[in-house]
Amino acid sequence: MRYIALAALLVVLGFLLLGAAQLHPAGYPGKVLMDDYFINNAQEETGSNNVVTSIVFDYRGYDTLGEATVLFTAAVGVTMLFTRRRGK
Amino acid sequence: MKEMSVIVKTLAKLLFPFTMMFGLYLVIHGHLTPGGGFQGGAVMASGLALMLVAYGRKRVVKKTGETILPLLGLVLFVLGSVEFSNFALGSHAEAVAFGPNAGALLTAGTIPVFSLGVGIEVLLGLGLILLMLAMGVEE
Repeated sequence: MRYIALAALLVVLGFLLLGAAQLHPAGYPGKVLMDDYFINNAQEETGSNNVVTSIVFDYRGYDTLGEATVLFTAAVGVTMLFTRRRGK
Repeated sequence: MKEMSVIVKTLAKLLFPFTMMFGLYLVIHGHLTPGGGFQGGAVMASGLALMLVAYGRKRVVKKTGETILPLLGLVLFVLGSVEFSNFALGSHAEAVAFGPNAGALLTAGTIPVFSLGVGIEVLLGLGLILLMLAMGVEE
């Protein structure tokens, strides 16, 4: 069992090191078309000067809606946990 | 949670309006300057946490869950309907709905509406969690 775990650890470590060797150097990003599209077109398409806000609230609006739903679920869960029952 | 000393209470009372105003500024100017709904809502919730720590929960609010929780669901519904109206309009909609002046406060279409909704949602959600935890602390 210990040898299996050690072999799995070595395989995962090998994959991680292989991935780390192929990383882009810091400060020199690869060719990302989406970044250039957002930077060039975000202001005239959404009218927002803040490109981050235009992405978060317009291009990725469903993602933000999901995050709000997660927060709502957390609030409901905490309320359910800390509300005392009426019967007792 | 009992209330703290007079010094803490006075400072909290002094800082609370500025904290709330700064959070509201972050929410409203989300499409112009760095910030937005999440950050502004978190700042406003931190103001609420300050009052809660300084004054204790009894003087902040009495019944929380029964009033805040339906409001939270309502804000979530408004968010969903804004997003769905964007989706339903699709490519037929104008690119910018109202006030197409870049850099002005009244611009950017539905982004300020969505940002304000997210700000209220984060304020109410974090505030409800804080109040519920404070009610759980005291027995």
